[in-house]
Amino acid sequence: MFIDLFYGLRDEGIPLGMQEWLTFMEALKKGLHGCNLLRFYYLARACLVKSETFYDAFDRVFARVFRGVEGSLDDIGDSVLDWLKDPKNFPELTPEQLAELERLSGDELMRRFLDTLAEQTERHDGGGRWVGTGGRSPFGHGGVHPTGIRVGGPGKSRSAMKVAEERKFSDYRTDLTLDVRQTRTALRRLRHLTRNGTASELDIDETVDETCRNAGEIELVFRPPRRNNVRLLLLMDVGGTMDPYFKPVSTLLTALHEEKGVQSFESYYFHNCIYDEVFSRASMRRDAAVPTGDLLRRLDSRWKLLVVGDASMHPAELHEPYGCIDPRMTSETPGITWLQKLVGHFERSAWMNPDDPRVWDHSQTARVIRRLFPMHHLSVEGIADAVSTLVGARAAAGPRLH
Amino acid sequence: MSTRVTNEDFRRFAGTASYIASEALIDAVNCALALERPLLIKGEPGTGKTLLARHVAQALGMPMESWHIKSTTKGAEGLYVYDTVQRLNDSRFGGGDVANIRNYIRMGPLGRVFATDRRHVLLIDEIDKADVEFPNDLLRELDEMRFTVVETGDEIAARERPVVIITSNNEKELPDAFLRRCIFHFIEFPDAGLMKRIVDVHHPNLDATLLDQVLIKFYWLREQGELRKKPSTSELIDWIAALLRSGITTDKIESHIPFLGALLKNEQDTEALQQYDERQGKYPSRWSDLGPRYNQ
Repeated sequence: MFIDLFYGLRDEGIPLGMQEWLTFMEALKKGLHGCNLLRFYYLARACLVKSETFYDAFDRVFARVFRGVEGSLDDIGDSVLDWLKDPKNFPELTPEQLAELERLSGDELMRRFLDTLAEQTERHDGGGRWVGTGGRSPFGHGGVHPTGIRVGGPGKSRSAMKVAEERKFSDYRTDLTLDVRQTRTALRRLRHLTRNGTASELDIDETVDETCRNAGEIELVFRPPRRNNVRLLLLMDVGGTMDPYFKPVSTLLTALHEEKGVQSFESYYFHNCIYDEVFSRASMRRDAAVPTGDLLRRLDSRWKLLVVGDASMHPAELHEPYGCIDPRMTSETPGITWLQKLVGHFERSAWMNPDDPRVWDHSQTARVIRRLFPMHHLSVEGIADAVSTLVGARAAAGPRLH
Repeated sequence: MSTRVTNEDFRRFAGTASYIASEALIDAVNCALALERPLLIKGEPGTGKTLLARHVAQALGMPMESWHIKSTTKGAEGLYVYDTVQRLNDSRFGGGDVANIRNYIRMGPLGRVFATDRRHVLLIDEIDKADVEFPNDLLRELDEMRFTVVETGDEIAARERPVVIITSNNEKELPDAFLRRCIFHFIEFPDAGLMKRIVDVHHPNLDATLLDQVLIKFYWLREQGELRKKPSTSELIDWIAALLRSGITTDKIESHIPFLGALLKNEQDTEALQQYDERQGKYPSRWSDLGPRYNQ
């Protein structure tokens, strides 16, 4: 059973090695769990999991290993959400319940329903069963009704299974949320330290050497402090298919603007693909146009290029001359040529795609662009990967067309 | 001979009169104590990460040494600093025994804790503020609790392994090798029940209806997804202090949120709430106005 826990946790992607496991075993040998399942749960979590982002995965594995709860709440969530949006599918509902449903917004309803689901595990002890019977049958839906919600409060008597099944930490999963702070954390590594500028830091080793050379008369030597030398060019796709991703993209932009470590930062906008001109404002009016060629002349190859876009468009927009979909601009050079020029010009470049990586291959143009740019998902983990593509020790991965 | 510790031995820390800790936190602290591993504490700002160390020290009757990490802090500074500039100065202008290099070795927090006879609590506060490599520089020292002063060859070894408590605000990911050696605990945001006990410690004998109103508003604010910075425990405590000083009555706080500045520290958040006010938005006044999570 313990081995199941160990491999179960590893299968969920929790970085867990022998060292943690031995620590846990040592703790068990010392009797720290006090023969109490809840304390065993806390102990296992404290020893084996080293980040709150994995608490949720830990809860799932713990619940599965120690009781055999199958399935995940996420799947139920989606299916339940689908029915909840259309209450008419429930012929069994009483008029009062219908009235109640109409009063609540879809989101509020969903939230309440999920909370209720979580609490129902406290009442019925069949952790796997409540999902099937309670959640999927229309009759279980009565739990949404406000009177159906009340359950005994949490207290010290809670069992570890209930704590684990509550899955309170699902918010902390890194693959789901992307807030400014997390993005900044991911961007922190975006740096390349060099010494340049005014000498303002006392170089002690040199000072001692110089002082000795100077027969003991103190000779102060200064050097420039280490500074981040990263210069970043950000090109962003706006409008159309990018609209649903407004939030993650603006989060990234906010985080980049707040990131003071970067020495220079410039950002431009484009629509679908990059052509002769990019725009300094998202409105993309004529007066904000900047020739793409100017960027290539002005910014040297040490600038890091980061493109944010979903890379999906009509193939003609990418491959054909005058392919640009925007009637206000004409560009003889096809987009693909511009992309190749950009990749060729900058030593390091990366593409961030807000689409789910599983659907990247569905778009023909995304497949083509992926061969040019190392592509990363616009998530906390993806940003960290993109940053290491831009400044990491290894050269950008992926084959390139030149 | 059994190595099994009794429950009494293990449960040495149980919170203090003025620090209310959850079961999980108490277990994590005691686990770290028993295994003599560093305890890594993460959590939202204002959930009492730093305070924990002080109260562990108080509960165990140990002296405490804190080391507050800044972005410029280097790992070696925690062990000792060789004051070259002073020595250089002394050698040129006289004063001090320049020949003895030991006069210019200044112990850092770790060095001081290792060198004393009493078991200390060592707080390494906000370890994520420092350089990404910082935790790695301390791996061996925290593992073996010993280090060598390179300049003199002296070895400083801990006579009593200190209780190491490390806090992190999650600004940077900590290296795996470092995490592997720690016991980890994430301080969740306290639920209403725990929060009442916490408030009671700071503002004893608070009127129950007022407390309810205050907490309803507080948790409601925290539920608002658009807030850039959610108010935390310490802000709640301050807010209640402000309310009490102004002698505000319960019915006033039922309908709106006075002294918003104590709770919201971000301009956009304050504006957002003012707009909500202007739109005649309703504030909750009963627990049932909040989600079912609060109605148990």
